[in-house]
Amino acid sequence: MSDFELDSQTPKGSLENRWKQHKFNLNIVNPANRKKYNVIVVGTGLAGAAAAASMGEMGYNVKTFCFQDSPRRAHSIAAQGGINAAKNYQNDGDSVWRLFYDTIKGGDYRARESNVFRLAELSTSIIDQAVAQGVPFAREYSGYLANRSFGGAQVSRTFYARGQTGQQLLLGAYQAMSKQVDAGTVVHKSRCEMHDVIMIDGQAKGIVSRDLVTGELETHIADCVVLCTGGYGNVFYLSTNAKGCNASAAWRAHKHGALFANPCFTQIHPTCIPQQGELQSKLTLMSESLRNDGRIWAPKHQQDCEKRPEAIPEHDRDYFLERMYPAFGNLVPRDIASRAVKLICDEGRGVGHAIDGKKLGVYLDFAKAIEKFGLDGVEEKYGNLFDMYQHITAENPYETPMRIYPAVHYTMGGLWVDYNLMTSIDGLFAGGEANFSDHGANRLGASALMQGLADGYFILPTTVSNYLAQQTPIDITKSYPEAQQTLQACQAQLDRLLNAPDPQKTPDEFHRKLGQILWNACGMAREKAILESAISDIQALRKQFWQQVKVTGSDKTLNQTLERAGRIADFFELAELMCIDALTREESCGCHARVEHITDDGEAQRHDDEYAFVSAWQYSGNVSMPVLYKEELHFEFVRPTTRNYK
Amino acid sequence: MIFTLHIWRQHDANSQGNFEQHQIDVSEDTSFLEMLDALNEQLIQTGQEAIAFDFDCREGICGSCNLVINGTPHGKHRATTTCQQYMRDYAGENELWIEPWRATAFPIIKDLIVDRSAFDRIIQAGGYIEIRTGSAPEANTMPVEKHIADHAFDAATCIGCGACVAACPNASATLFVAAKVSHLGSLPQGQMDHQRARKMLLAMDEQGFGGCSNYRECERVCPKEISVSNITTMNKLLYQSS
Ligand SMILES: Cc1cc2nc3c(=O)[nH]c(=O)nc-3n(C[C@H](O)[C@H](O)[C@H](O)COP(=O)(O)OP(=O)(O)OC[C@H]3O[C@@H](n4cnc5c(N)ncnc54)[C@H](O)[C@@H]3O)c2cc1C
Ligand code: SF4
Ligand code: FES
Repeated sequence: MSDFELDSQTPKGSLENRWKQHKFNLNIVNPANRKKYNVIVVGTGLAGAAAAASMGEMGYNVKTFCFQDSPRRAHSIAAQGGINAAKNYQNDGDSVWRLFYDTIKGGDYRARESNVFRLAELSTSIIDQAVAQGVPFAREYSGYLANRSFGGAQVSRTFYARGQTGQQLLLGAYQAMSKQVDAGTVVHKSRCEMHDVIMIDGQAKGIVSRDLVTGELETHIADCVVLCTGGYGNVFYLSTNAKGCNASAAWRAHKHGALFANPCFTQIHPTCIPQQGELQSKLTLMSESLRNDGRIWAPKHQQDCEKRPEAIPEHDRDYFLERMYPAFGNLVPRDIASRAVKLICDEGRGVGHAIDGKKLGVYLDFAKAIEKFGLDGVEEKYGNLFDMYQHITAENPYETPMRIYPAVHYTMGGLWVDYNLMTSIDGLFAGGEANFSDHGANRLGASALMQGLADGYFILPTTVSNYLAQQTPIDITKSYPEAQQTLQACQAQLDRLLNAPDPQKTPDEFHRKLGQILWNACGMAREKAILESAISDIQALRKQFWQQVKVTGSDKTLNQTLERAGRIADFFELAELMCIDALTREESCGCHARVEHITDDGEAQRHDDEYAFVSAWQYSGNVSMPVLYKEELHFEFVRPTTRNYK
Repeated sequence: MIFTLHIWRQHDANSQGNFEQHQIDVSEDTSFLEMLDALNEQLIQTGQEAIAFDFDCREGICGSCNLVINGTPHGKHRATTTCQQYMRDYAGENELWIEPWRATAFPIIKDLIVDRSAFDRIIQAGGYIEIRTGSAPEANTMPVEKHIADHAFDAATCIGCGACVAACPNASATLFVAAKVSHLGSLPQGQMDHQRARKMLLAMDEQGFGGCSNYRECERVCPKEISVSNITTMNKLLYQSS
């Protein structure tokens, strides 16, 4: 693979004018010519559906894919808490600049200023768009839109639709896309998984997909390819992500030369329902919005951990976030809250079920809120979350405090993209959680929905047009030898998964083991020696996987075991890169807490002089020997300081 | 807890299906789908094909999961999706019959998986508000009375699972259609399209769903408690537009 310059295409000049000016400088395609261009969008969650709807509307021929049975079921549907926008409806001093600043600071100064500013700028149009689509956001009695506060901010700028904000926003985007399907500009294929990118003369010109019902591999040619395939949190096996979330599309692109940025930046969300048993298949998030009114505590004394929470008197409770961070209290950013919870449980003050002899849980208590707002008030705000908790744990959170523990939730890392959201492969774009763009080393609550929709509705349609304007439309009816070769390589991979030499273990068995290794080494605390041994453990387990994975059934029908095995195979490679990345970053920042770089009072210690860069990894042909490119981050408008939420 | 399971197996749309019997021992904190995961692990271990069933979020919001358990779509626990059922809810029942949704418009693909793409086609027929990206007015220029917004929200929580169809003796999708029509039609933004209900009902018909005879079975099994009052709302809108 040839060397190249990492050019982020970041515009210069005053921050407020960069996006405007950049848009003006980009090329556009004459409306009459748009139907000559074909665009593939893989993934129809918030980012993909929004992009497909908007580009279809512009008149391009858009082809979309998702692996679920309908675009309406993408993982975005599960987002609970809300979406940020700098509307300043509360007149509490919010502005684009403040949202920009909060996001850069929340990300612990590991994101690009230009991108984050653009995100903050576009945030307000997203709300306008969604409301016009009929997204039923919460409203005040006056009839105007309501807001709530979220972690890492001191203003109230989060728009929400009860605890189902993602659902409502996704349905808005799905419906907009459905309209284009009806209009014939978008052709959608559900239950269809992308297996590889088709590269023609160094450009992404199509994909190979597998029809998950018939098993058939197919090639699709287009003028460019947009990946909106979501995050890779499921590499840990247990996470709050939907079961199908995977890294495969991004990973296969990586293996064709797309750089993978900051793979170790994984968000561990503080408020999830603790694991209850061995067979557990996923963890459930309790929205961060609960921290608005719920108070987090643990018993002061270890001997109280066995008691019912009601039996522990007020003075024997440690409201540790309020104690440690008086300014932000229960609303500190996620990484900080998660580490504090881990610290308390490591001290032996955890509560609830023991897993491997350790009680991993603390209380999230609504007694005060119920006193203040009444049962009805709390139910109105959080009813569906409380119901969900009760379904899962068979405990009534109106009567006894919830138990929570951190869990893997979101991946800030992803495909490296420039300001145009193009990866390092010409003609391959990435949007939404699949790219690394805007959240630095930690994402603030309610900002993924914002980013996915900013990418989908507003950025990609503009930057993809710019790219297309410079391409001669490809003939999609011709057959290309590159397409056939890629298809054959995909078939070979399926055959290999179906025919391991010594089949013994199910794919999930391997996945659970991989998840454990990664959670211990690359979770809430990271340490040189542990990362090093994790790397060799992953290599050994990966080898065993290819020897012993047992996949029953055939590739010519619907075969969920085979689908899973394929995704796990990619997770095995990505997991190693995550550990290599964590090992290389000799500092702590945001979610990335290297034990060697923690201050005496337990805070992350950044090393800006050496590590103010994006780590962008190139596949070298050997998964264990990736090449590191550094994109230096320049801070012209904010001065990186130590984050202080005290 | 030990259960005898009778699970529908069917190789593909064109083959005949039958119930297959299995035994399983799980703890009461296991979710229903985790119980099936465990069974599938055993099947793979013994060289058999895993049972195919749909799921994704496993937290009751994506609408993927869809099993008929002992004759009831989504199972025993009311207002709850299949993935949110726990084995503790089935204490005292030793035999579980597990089947796919059954409706002409939802053909079986394999085992417990059915094709629900007909729902997408109903939405494509008119289940949206037309608004070009970038052309929306400032969001607060149009206040919406809170009770109307709340009503629209209640209807908008439909997850498109199809239980209403599976429960209906006519295999009608009226509740699904009404939920969308009522969501969009009650908001001021959605009132421009007077033909929405008509277009969507026509599509429902074309997709092979039956009509509504007011059995109200749909409301009983709906995991999101979508009320049949939405059907009344839809009928009013239809009446106004004709
Ligand atoms: C429980 C939970 C709650 C959350 N709450 C919030 C919140 O309150 N606020 C907030 O801002 N963020 C929240 N987030 C984060 C946010 O929901 C996600 O980051 C965001 O929705 C991702 O959107 P996306 O469009 O990038 O990807 P997704 O919604 O994950 O969509 C991915 C799409 O790609 C498709 N796909 C993937 N791989 C392939 C393939 N190989 N071939 C074909 N198709 C493929 C899928 O079918 C799907 O259509 C939450 C996340 C979780 C887990
Ligand atoms: S109305 Fe209820 S049962 Fe029918 S699809 Fe919607 S959520 Fe499912
Ligand atoms: S798996 Fe998503 S609703 Fe059940």
